[in-house]
Amino acid sequence: MSESSAVPRPLPSPRRVRAAHDAAGEARTALRPPRWYAVIWSSRKARIGVVMLSVFLLVAVFADLLSPYRPDDATFVPAQDPSGAHWMGTNTLGYDIWTQLVHGARLSFAIGVLGGVATIVIAIAIGLTAGYREGSAVDDVLSFVTNLALVVPVLPLMMVIVAYSETRGLALLVFVIAITSWAGASREMRALIISMRNRDFVTAARFGGDSMPRIVLREIMPNMASLVVSGFIGAATGAIAAEAGLSFMGFGDPNTVSWGQMLAQANANGALVQGLWVWLVAPGLMLALLMTSLTFVNFGVDLLSNPHLREEDD
Amino acid sequence: MAYYLRKTGYFVLTLWAAVTLNFVIPRLQPGDPAEIMVRQLSGQGEIDPAQVAAVRAMLGYGDENVLVAYGQYLRQLASGDLGISFTYFPFPVVDVIGKALPWTLVLVGLTQVVSFLLGTLLGALAAWRRNSRFDATISVGSTFVGNLQSVWIGLIVLFVFAYTLGWFPASGGYGYTDPGWTASHVADVVAHGFLPALTLMVTAPIGFILSMRNTMVQVLGEDYIRLAGAAGLRERTVALGYAARNALLPVVTGFALSLGVLMGGSILIESVFDYPGMGRLMGEATANRDFPLMQAILLATIVIVLTANFVVDLIYPLIDPRARRAAA
Repeated sequence: MSESSAVPRPLPSPRRVRAAHDAAGEARTALRPPRWYAVIWSSRKARIGVVMLSVFLLVAVFADLLSPYRPDDATFVPAQDPSGAHWMGTNTLGYDIWTQLVHGARLSFAIGVLGGVATIVIAIAIGLTAGYREGSAVDDVLSFVTNLALVVPVLPLMMVIVAYSETRGLALLVFVIAITSWAGASREMRALIISMRNRDFVTAARFGGDSMPRIVLREIMPNMASLVVSGFIGAATGAIAAEAGLSFMGFGDPNTVSWGQMLAQANANGALVQGLWVWLVAPGLMLALLMTSLTFVNFGVDLLSNPHLREEDD
Repeated sequence: MAYYLRKTGYFVLTLWAAVTLNFVIPRLQPGDPAEIMVRQLSGQGEIDPAQVAAVRAMLGYGDENVLVAYGQYLRQLASGDLGISFTYFPFPVVDVIGKALPWTLVLVGLTQVVSFLLGTLLGALAAWRRNSRFDATISVGSTFVGNLQSVWIGLIVLFVFAYTLGWFPASGGYGYTDPGWTASHVADVVAHGFLPALTLMVTAPIGFILSMRNTMVQVLGEDYIRLAGAAGLRERTVALGYAARNALLPVVTGFALSLGVLMGGSILIESVFDYPGMGRLMGEATANRDFPLMQAILLATIVIVLTANFVVDLIYPLIDPRARRAAA
């Protein structure tokens, strides 16, 4: 921000600055705000979310240890009932359902992390640019595109883009999800940077002669971190749901097993009519539980950015 | 007046952007759609360049110059020409969509309106009885149910109510009755539409519940609510006439946004129930790479959502006079 150099600023003596700094340091230790993990852990919903998410993560990491079979092994006797050898039975295609289920956690995590990161990166880039240049033509164009992207139905748009592509796979899914889902988070980033720019502590830092990168890194970023994290978790949740929807419509990653693909196969092969409840019910529940755990964790993250919520939650 | 002019201008601008997006998407793809199409139709065999050229001309890719192609595309669009469908050859895309559109409009429209009423009511109740058991159940329950996949709900609903209990037909838009405005046909259509609507109704109110609850909790902290209570107004008057009415405003602006989500959900649900609407058509079109059809459906879907957004914008000043004054 170039106007900061134009503002005449007083030059306090070095000793006074140091004294003030020390006093502020003492006040900070006395009134230290609770650590971020303590804030998150203070919410019961977030505690439940963290525990659930950890379980899912462990399942994804140790999928190979949790099942003796490969997820793409279709050599079993089809449509078996649950037994010691096949904990959840096998489906009509000859796959072991439990094996597919634990390996499906991997793809959901991969798509959540990659899709979430890609989405939030686009959201930050567009939101911050628009916010920094509030009121300019750049902001007008970016805000218009953001508002449009917000109302455009995402699923048909994703389906059209995927249908044009000649390849299928994880990279395509991540690309399509990111390019269609950034708008909500981007609008929040823009609003935050606008409110942040005019806060007293930012003005103070500017008058104190801090450089722009320093203001962004030391003053604004710590205040934005929780919003970026909650935006990332929200985007990850959306990405997991989008993968399930796309996989159900037949546009998934053909090289791996996913819960969305299990749903699609269960549907195509009449799982319920054949009495293979687990085949359909389990992947649907896993998706809902994983997404709910992410939503619950986000309750805790929201407490960081909005202290007013803290005393409300038990 | 200035408000309405501005909103109309914005609507026209968004329509233009949607139309342009529809033109741009196929041209951003690395491959040549015409070539993909011909290869698809002819299997793995040789590709005849003349055939590719013919398809390209049919799609409007004939002109090398993008601007010329764009002008031609706009002219065709203005005359209602969206190309010929592959899957339903030789029917024009417009005719194919025209048959499917009413099914989806009725299904999604009804679901959306009922969800809005139900969701805002439940959300307002949860906020009014804040921190009660009812509130906790609604809040946590909505989070979990909202994360359920609509196809998953649909398949279970289908199994329970159609296969096991046999109360409703399992698929299609109507059974063996002759189409027309007869009582038996209407009843038939309602019976076929009930399960898809029920499925969408499980998740559709969630967004309204949560946003209504959160805004109303904020509104309940306002001074005028305390004043109304202190003035001795009946509790119901304060809750509905004061708090809920004001809390409704931000929820109304989210109406169009949630419509887009619901239109996406209807693609999945119509495929599950084999319902003859635009959603199922979209599934068919993308699976068969029927490019003209799927692009037209995408365009129609976006235009529907934008129009709904515009209508909400037009109605909004009636429920919040401040919007009118701020613009003037």
